[in-house]
Order: sequence, then C-alpha cells, then structure tokens
Amino acid sequence: MTMTTKPRLMQGNEACVEGAIVAGMRFYAGYPITPSTEIAELAAEKLPKVGGKFIQMEDEIASMGAVIGASLAGLKAMTATSGPGFSLKQENIGFACIAEVPCVIVNVQRGGPSTGLPTLPAQGDVMQARWGTHGDHPIIVLSPSYVREVFDLTIRAFNLSEKYRIPCILLMDEVVGHLREKVELPDPTTLKIINRKKPDLSKIGHYNPYQDYDGDGIPPMVNFGDGIPYHVTGLIHDITGFPSTKPEVTEHLISRLMRKIYNNIDDIVEYEKFFTDDAETVIVSFGSTARSAIRAVKILRKEGQKVGLIRLKTIWPFPRKAIQELPSTTRNIIVAEMNFGQLREVVEAASRGRFDIIGLNKYNGELISPDEVIAKVREVHKNA
Amino acid sequence: MEERFEIRLSGSGGQGLILAGIILAEAAILDGKNAVQSQSYGPEARGGASRSEVIISNTDIDYPKVTKPKILLALTDEALHKFKDNIADEGVIIIDSSVKKVDTPFKIIQLPIIETARNKIGKSMVANMVAVGVITELTKAVSREGVEKAILNRVPKGTEELNIKAFNAGCNLAEQI
Amino acid sequence: MRKSLEKYYRIDKLPHIWCPGCGNGIVTGALVRAIDNLKLNKDKICIVSGIGCSSRAPGYLNFNTLHTTHGRALAFATGIKLARPELKVIVLTGDGDCAAIGGNHFIHACRRNIDITTIVFNNNIYGMTSGQYSPLTPLGAYATTAPYGNIDRNFDLCKLAEAAGATYVARGTVYHVPQLIKFIEKALQHKGFSVVEAVSTCPTYFGRKNKLASPVKMMEMLRDNSVTVKAAEKMSKEELTNKIVIGEFLDVNAPEYVEEYMKIIKRAQGEE
Repeated sequence: MTMTTKPRLMQGNEACVEGAIVAGMRFYAGYPITPSTEIAELAAEKLPKVGGKFIQMEDEIASMGAVIGASLAGLKAMTATSGPGFSLKQENIGFACIAEVPCVIVNVQRGGPSTGLPTLPAQGDVMQARWGTHGDHPIIVLSPSYVREVFDLTIRAFNLSEKYRIPCILLMDEVVGHLREKVELPDPTTLKIINRKKPDLSKIGHYNPYQDYDGDGIPPMVNFGDGIPYHVTGLIHDITGFPSTKPEVTEHLISRLMRKIYNNIDDIVEYEKFFTDDAETVIVSFGSTARSAIRAVKILRKEGQKVGLIRLKTIWPFPRKAIQELPSTTRNIIVAEMNFGQLREVVEAASRGRFDIIGLNKYNGELISPDEVIAKVREVHKNA
Repeated sequence: MEERFEIRLSGSGGQGLILAGIILAEAAILDGKNAVQSQSYGPEARGGASRSEVIISNTDIDYPKVTKPKILLALTDEALHKFKDNIADEGVIIIDSSVKKVDTPFKIIQLPIIETARNKIGKSMVANMVAVGVITELTKAVSREGVEKAILNRVPKGTEELNIKAFNAGCNLAEQI
Repeated sequence: MRKSLEKYYRIDKLPHIWCPGCGNGIVTGALVRAIDNLKLNKDKICIVSGIGCSSRAPGYLNFNTLHTTHGRALAFATGIKLARPELKVIVLTGDGDCAAIGGNHFIHACRRNIDITTIVFNNNIYGMTSGQYSPLTPLGAYATTAPYGNIDRNFDLCKLAEAAGATYVARGTVYHVPQLIKFIEKALQHKGFSVVEAVSTCPTYFGRKNKLASPVKMMEMLRDNSVTVKAAEKMSKEELTNKIVIGEFLDVNAPEYVEEYMKIIKRAQGEE
C-alpha cells in the first residue's frame, strides 16, 4: 500500500477507511445510507486491492451479522451506518457483546429520530451507542473531531476491539464525516496494531473458549477453521461456550464482561484538556461541536475570561475522571452537544453536585457555532 | 494572509460546485497553506440548492464552517437570494450573467461564467472551473499553479485539458475587470 | 446410533431439548450421515443456526458451530464463507426462522448463489414459543395464534428458493430418511446456494392443535400425504391440495458468489 506523508486533502469518511485498512480490516459488510455511504464505497474499492472482502448486504441487520461471522472466521471486520441503520444493527451488536466478537461499527450521526434529517449533522446517538442493544453490557465508543483523528481513532477502535474482544463504536457526525481537511498520515509501520490474543495450547490443554485463563477477563480466541471446533451462542453460556441458565454462570459471565472493560478504564479512556487549570467555567464537548468550543475558548481567553475545555475522544466508558479532577476554581460546566442533553446528564452524575451543569444544546440540523458557545459562557459568567 | 479566508460557492446541484470547492482547498494545501472544504446539499443529485464552502488559513482551522465569507459565488437567483446578506465586511459577490442583480451594500461582480463555458469551451458542464479561475485571479488566495495541479489530481481522466482550458478562461475573465 | 457416528456429536450435551416424537433429531441425524458418507473434513465444516427448536441442533454437533440471532443465520454464514472460503458452511434453520424473520436474508442468499447449504427444518409451527403459526403453516391449520384456523397463505419454500436464484433445491421428509440423506449429500456437494426443505414433525404443538397429537399419526400423515415430483406433475391443483411434493426441483450451475469475488480481487490487484 502506498501512503504519503505529504499533506493532502482528505474527507473524514475517507480517513476512516484508510485507518481501517492500516489497522488490518480485511472485511467490510454494509448497506447504503447517508451520510456514511462514502465509507462503503471506498471499502468496496480498496479492500480487494489488499486481498480483503467487501459485501453489500440486503440490509443493516445482515451487514452486522456478516461482520460478526467474518470476525469469527478470523478477519478484522467493520461496518458503517447512520441514524436508522444504527438502530437496526443493535440486535447483532448485542450478539457481538455477549459472544465477545471483535468488530468495529461506525455511526456517522445524522438528525433523528427515525428518518429525521438524513443529510444534516446531529449528536443524538450518544445514549443509543451506549444502551442501544438490550441487557447489561459494556461497550467502547470513540468520537473524533478532526479528519486526521478519524484515521487515528479508527485504528484505535480496531485495537481496543481486538484487545478486549468487544464491539467498538466509532461515533462520528455528519460534519466530521463529510469535512475535507488537510491531513498528513503517519507511516503505517510506525503504528501499534493489536491483534486478538490466541491461546497457548501447549499450556492449557483442552481449550475452553470462554475461560479467563489470564485473569484479565479476556478469553483467548481461536478462529473458526483453525482446527479447534467450538460453540458460539448468543445465549448466556459457561466457560465451555454452551448455554446455561444457572444464576452463578449468568452472574459470572456478565461480571466478567464488565470487569474486562471497567478494570482497564485508563487504557480505554482518552480526552484532551485546554486551559482547564484555572478555569472558572469548563466546556465539555466532543466530535465536531468541540471544534466550535475550541474557537470560543481561544476568543474568550483573549478577553481574559477563565474558560477551559474538555474534549472527549472516548465517550463510553464515560471519562468520569476528567470531570472529577477539575481544579477547585471550576464552578460551572457547560456541556455543548448537538442533542437535547444526552451527555449533560452523564456529566451531572459524574460531578456529584460539585459544579453547576449547564446545557448548550442544538438539535436543528446545524452545528453549534463558536458565537453560540461564547454567548452561553458570557451568560453564565454574568449570572455568577 | 488573514486568519481565515472564507469562500462560499452556491448554485444548484449538478453544477460541480463541490468539486470546485475541493480544487480550491487542495490548491491551498499544495501552496503550503491550511484548508478545509465542506458542503451542504439536498436529497437531489441534480437541481435543488447546493453549496460548497472553503476556508483557507495559515494556521489551524478549528471551527470548520464558513460564517461570513469574503467571496460569495452565486450561479443561480435562488442561491444569491439565500446567501446575499451573509457576507464579510468588504466581501464580494460574484454572480453569473444569467443571475438577476439585487440590491445589496456589497460589491457585485457580474461575469458570463456559464456562457463562457458553453460558448468558448463548448461545454456548460465546466462552468465550475471557469468560476474557480475567476476566484483564483480575483482573490489570489490560491496560486494558479496550485489550482492547475489540483485540477489534474481531481477531474475525471480524459477531461484534464478541457478543465484547464475552462480554468484559464475564468482567469482571463477576471483579468479583464 | 452407530458408534462410528459418535465423533460428529457432542455426546456430553445430550439428551437434547426436543420433545418425544419431534422430527428434528431425524433431520440432524440425516445431516450427520450425509457428512459421514461424503467423508468431509470435520474441522473445515462450520454449522450456523438462528433461533428456534431446530436452531439448537448445532449445539449437539461437534464442528465449528454458531448459534446466532433469530432469522440471521444466513447473514452470519455469508460473512464466514466470504471471509474463509475453504470452510464448508451449513445453515440449519426452521420454518419461522428462515421464512418469516429471516425471509429477506434467505432470498438474498439464494440470489447471490453463495456456496452455503441451507437445511430448513419445516415443522409448520413455532415450537420454541409453543405453537404459533409460521409462514409455512398450511392454510386452515390451527395454531395458538390461529385459534379459528390459519388464513395466512403459506409459502412454498422450494418455489421461493428457486425463484430467488438458489441452484439446488429439494424437499424431503423425516419419514423418507434415506432419500433425505441423499438430498443433503447432493446439496453439500453442490457448488452454489443449496436448499433442502426437510418436512419435520411437531406432535407437541402442531399435532395437538391439528388432531395429530401422536408421533405415529404425524409420521403416517407424512407417509400418506407425500407425492413425488414426478407424480405431482400429472396431478391437478385440487388433487395437490394439502399434499407434500417431495423430490429434487432444481440442480443447475451458475456463477458462485465467492468465486466471483475472488476474481474481483485479482482484477483489483491488476493480475487479470
């Protein structure tokens, strides 16, 4: 694969496919939907060139199923969708959670609910990304703000997914997905690529596909066709992979699924802080909205306003630490997001009453502007 | 160069404005500057309102959307009406000669962009490259060499010559102002 | 069971969950015998199922087995087959799983002619949820959700498969076991999408609702109502009402999806 480190103009959706291929994606199944379609188109073009497989399935449900099948057969697999398509994928995302099948799901968010605003941006899937599939389950959700970051976080999504055997969601929005921006890509040989861990059969003897051999909550994985036949089911199962309804087996499985993620929060969670050290007011934001917040903070700082920003790159598990480690000067948190306040409630819970939490919400298909962030900060500071 | 030089290209779907924006942004990058390009479109592939936006800067571009463009290109009456009031101080509106002039405090430059493409180049399809030429020559925000390279990178194979010709014709239109 | 067949089963997972008189064990046994007769490499077989009584079969079979979500087995199987073409992929599904919730996946798998063998355990009822009508429940039959008789017209699954593009299509029953084994063998050897509809029995739910509550009665019904494809050709539409037409409906060759995709890879890599 040729890859230039020379600056080039690249679209967010394009950077996603570039990153995925560098991460080792060799299977893509998808279904056309705005504003994510470019990802499918580019995967169709690029995958066969590296010996990978692309298939356009009959619907979103089937795409998710095919991705899980391909991953069980040993290929790193991804699908991309938007809005209603993300809803349809939830059933099989749950399967990937319980059967611990690594896979990456890209959701280029558009306005909803339902068909909503197909061509316009929103960030209304924060909660669906977390709880879209039924039942208790952990999930990892990453959200890029820049085209270059789409590349980086797509690779990270594959890495985390392979490392923890969990579906990983890349939560983009229409602005970042369609934006073309100057990008310099790193030399792929310098990047850390993680592959699912395999069992050391000389040590363990008989392979139990869901046994926590290493005590880290992550069972080593054998691919279908590698000579050790085993059973995979969406039912609650014991360490042998076979169904069980016993309370202790159920509790053991669900606890382990949670533990493998929540014991590794520091490895999974990423966020960036700007000017938070002495901030009276901190803006919390992610995705394209965070770019408006950065501009607003720069302008307000020039005026001498004590404003900072936390830009989340990991949304789930939610980086509670980012809120809890804010300095004693901080009194207010403004949560800026293109929805009615989905993340605000999470920030509120994490702040444990220490801060006033104010929402800056826009849900009309337009990106929150820097002026709107500035106005909100001024309003908060005036009332203080 | 100032912190953000914003350009808004507007017209109807199928006029190639998104490609025009991509070429301007890519030219800026080839010139060593920073640039972003974004677009807004309706459900129609042809017709409907379409706009493509470019921001060129010598520094990081945080907020990626155009707010008050220095240059507004309007290739249809509808586009002009929609965007004519949202322009930077000392901003310039470039309209096609088929577009009816309107009352505005901003400077309007009217040029036969579509006609040049149709009659001089022989294909109205390349009006977008004529417009890129006009903007390049008028603003000097990007270099002619940069744009030529970007055109060669981005237009369909076999149409390079036609597009470069249209671009040069656009530059000539602006030179005559 | 013959001792030589035990290696194909996860003996420690038996007894199975199926009711006495259920035909699912017979279909599963027919599959195992077909695999044994063909001497297929056990480790290169992957068996995928959806949700329902019949979809529990892979749990008892000693291969790479995947018990997926309701109706979606073919979607998962498509991913496995395309990702790892050397695997022999077999889908076990029921009439509700395949023809209702999985109907879209079924017709598109047929259309692609991807090299997967699908065996439909057709017991004309949703057994796992205790007796609701399925798209293959005959018109007029009774079910817990059709207490006044079923007014939903049923699919002829073999005709559907044929029309959608499958390239091997056959129907057998759990009464005509040697023939069923033969059809499964031919399906497994076929290159392309092959479908075997195995008409099965559910005395517990279909039988009780339809005056066929004993396993013997259900078997007699299969014996008495089955007609061969050949015989059916000479029968009128009226004569064929409530009859089960058994035999091979289609055995043709057509471009297979994975092989076609491998050509795409060569073309994209400039080798062609």
